[in-house]
Amino acid sequence: MKGPTRRSLLASLGLAPWAGAALAWATEGGTRSAAPARLSPRERIQRHHLPNLELTTHEGVQVRFYDDLVKDRKVAINFMYVKCEGICVPTTSNLVRVQKMLNGRVGRDIFFYSITLKPEEDTPADLKRYAEMHGVGPGWLFLTGAPGDIEKLRRALGFTYDDPVEDADKSNHIGMVRLGVEPALRWAACPGMARPEQTLRTMLFEFDSPSLKGIPIYEGK
Amino acid sequence: MHPLKYYWPRIQRIALRNRQEILRAGLNRRELFKLGLLSSAGYLVAKSGLSAWADGGCDAGECDLGCSPPTIPFRDPLVVPPVLPLRDPNTDPGFTFSPPAATPNRNINPATGIPFEGRTQVHQFRDRFPVQDYFITRLRPNFNATFSDDATNLSRIGPQLVWGFNLGGADASDVALSPGPTVVSRYGRPILIRRFNELSTNTLGFGVPEVSTHLHNFHSGPDSDGGPCDPNTGGNSTNPLVQGRFFFIGQFYDYYHTMARAGFDTPQFSATDGDIRETLTTLWYHDHRVDHTAENVYKGLAGFHFIFNDFDTGDENTGFRFPSFPQFDIPLILTDKLFTPEGEFCFDTFGLDGLVGDKYVTNGKIQPYFEVQKRRYRFRILDGGPSRFYQLYLTNPDNPNQSIPFYAITTTDGNLLPRPIRLTNVRLSVAERIDVIIDFKAIWNNFGNPSRIWLENRLRQDNGRGPTNEILPAGNPNNVVLEFRLTGPSNVADASFDPAPVSFPTVPCSPTDCVFAPICLPPVPTNNAPAKEDRIRITRTFRFERGNGQWQINGQFVDCTRFRFKVERNTAERWILRNNSGGWEHPIHIHFEEFRMVRRNNQLIQCGNVEFGRKDVARLQTNEEIEVLFRFRDFRGGFPMHCHNTIHEDHAMLLLFEIADTGDNKTEP
Repeated sequence: MKGPTRRSLLASLGLAPWAGAALAWATEGGTRSAAPARLSPRERIQRHHLPNLELTTHEGVQVRFYDDLVKDRKVAINFMYVKCEGICVPTTSNLVRVQKMLNGRVGRDIFFYSITLKPEEDTPADLKRYAEMHGVGPGWLFLTGAPGDIEKLRRALGFTYDDPVEDADKSNHIGMVRLGVEPALRWAACPGMARPEQTLRTMLFEFDSPSLKGIPIYEGK
Repeated sequence: MHPLKYYWPRIQRIALRNRQEILRAGLNRRELFKLGLLSSAGYLVAKSGLSAWADGGCDAGECDLGCSPPTIPFRDPLVVPPVLPLRDPNTDPGFTFSPPAATPNRNINPATGIPFEGRTQVHQFRDRFPVQDYFITRLRPNFNATFSDDATNLSRIGPQLVWGFNLGGADASDVALSPGPTVVSRYGRPILIRRFNELSTNTLGFGVPEVSTHLHNFHSGPDSDGGPCDPNTGGNSTNPLVQGRFFFIGQFYDYYHTMARAGFDTPQFSATDGDIRETLTTLWYHDHRVDHTAENVYKGLAGFHFIFNDFDTGDENTGFRFPSFPQFDIPLILTDKLFTPEGEFCFDTFGLDGLVGDKYVTNGKIQPYFEVQKRRYRFRILDGGPSRFYQLYLTNPDNPNQSIPFYAITTTDGNLLPRPIRLTNVRLSVAERIDVIIDFKAIWNNFGNPSRIWLENRLRQDNGRGPTNEILPAGNPNNVVLEFRLTGPSNVADASFDPAPVSFPTVPCSPTDCVFAPICLPPVPTNNAPAKEDRIRITRTFRFERGNGQWQINGQFVDCTRFRFKVERNTAERWILRNNSGGWEHPIHIHFEEFRMVRRNNQLIQCGNVEFGRKDVARLQTNEEIEVLFRFRDFRGGFPMHCHNTIHEDHAMLLLFEIADTGDNKTEP
């Protein structure tokens, strides 16, 4: 989000004369009719945070983000890029250790997704090499897509800074791992740079919580 | 009737012109709101306020500042939460199935398949201070909570799902209240509160029904502190059920509080069950589930806890004669909320920066009013968060230029001041709370017989960074958190204490003041004090900073699997809190004992300041450094320090330390 500053806007609109006064354009209460029907909370979250964009996996498979990757599932999502010299490699190696500690569950009932921040640079083949180089196990997808779509996804998932200068600096990108149990409307985050033991504990507090009892969640084939 | 309507013809012309210019600039209402140009029920304002008109600019289901439906202020009377009733442990079915014991009931409940109780640790010092007063409360969903009962407001923001605490009954008719019932306790009468988790799974899109209820500012053992997580319980276990802080749906948790003052297990104060100067007054309880605190508290899991004593008695005819509880002693929890354009209560679980709402909700209602007699009242005002700071003023809407005084009797963390302070405004960050005396008779007499007075937040804040420090003009209804309506005769009986003649600056202050003897300020710890609990053993420095978009302390994120450092029990420490996060503000809360803030940016905090006294939140503003002195007496175990902008807290600005028989020497842990 970067528009004009409030000050420059005030100046450009010549609004200074009414500083201090409250001005009206509608009468109190107005004539507005009753509120429109509400979206279901699940639909609301899907619409604003889990766009159903087309992505390509490191295996070259076309997938839809919501329908194929997130819907009904327990997921862990982060952003990275292949030539990253900052936190991507330590985060990836932390998550590789967590994946091992999860003992075969990744790809069965828990799904890891790493989305490239540089889709114009990272081809599926590059992502595949990156995954192999870091010893990523099965069930963890690396994803790329159209740059505009990746940017939409990054914003929707909350991997943004409010300061546009900070936000544009990919070397200082948001290092969290977004954790979600989609059908439970349950969303959290943990730091990608935390100790793997802490990350594991956080994930299992989310994914194995007794509060999930009775919610239809994809538990693997 | 809106006061501004009187100026309608003139401002209408200007407004029309301005509106046309704005439309030409192509800005929608959400953008206008964010720029601070639009507010209330469509009022275009020069300065930002709350309650924007949501037509246009916001998408369906959007949960963002400026998207909530318009509402009309001052339609609902203030709701004063009821007092949590006492329960008989021998007969109440909430106790008899599992009598309240110091050791937790970890037997498996056949009905749920999980242990009866969430707690895993034994209550410390319970033999020494046997329980005298028992309470029960049940955390439940309330599917029909109304933020306003006014017909027009209800048509826009209808009944909502909130979470709250009930009065302890098992019956469904004992509905959840938010804010929860006020817990009233007394020094010398140890209490046990059994909380049942009867929440439902999340259907609203936020809120996690696994809870830990923190009693904010009490000197509790780790078993009853209601902390976020603890390496001592569950260790590295990945089984949520053994982590020992949360209680899950179907479980209960017995919270035990000694109702003894800090120092009770030191040679100096063991005979008196603690140092009377450590008396605590206005506390609150709230959820503290690690990673989800913000959404759970926002969803309603918060309430007040008052502690009376032989001096602050709750009766204006005895002791310090503060206005009588409950009629003239009123808790106010200030919050700000968001609703979707369709009028659904919402929270953005995907944000990292903090959440500021566009509806002021005081004690659960949107901008309520409160009828007061022309006499003195005690208000206990709490910033309930999640991220907004307040700068509160009393405004006469018919003459906003008047500067109306009120009197602080506590610091900004609810502990008695050495001398009351006359104020015309006060700033609170999240979790800070202040007891003030407002004298409506004096206001009536001195300010032209006003029929109403607004409690107004004039501090502009547009996002989770912290306030802008811009003070908005007085008299904007959008900024009002509560309207007082002055009623009745002006010669009503009032036996309560009048702070005006003894207040600073009418009376000069001195560091040795003690208007409320014997609850004077305890001496600050020093480097050379003879008693080890008064002697500073170590100085530690903590940097509060941003790290890859999340929040860190000394370059590290929250870690529930280990303690960051170890404090030696019954010693004192000096902590330097430093804000290195570039423009972000952090209200830093440290559990366990009250601390003294001695310096802010190397300047001594002097008497006459509302921070000169015992505190538990240090408002760490942009680029500031605060020095606090802290004693760690009596209990052993794990406690947290964290940012109380609860979104920052949930995104990793939290650490755990342990109080043990030996401490470590880490200076930047």
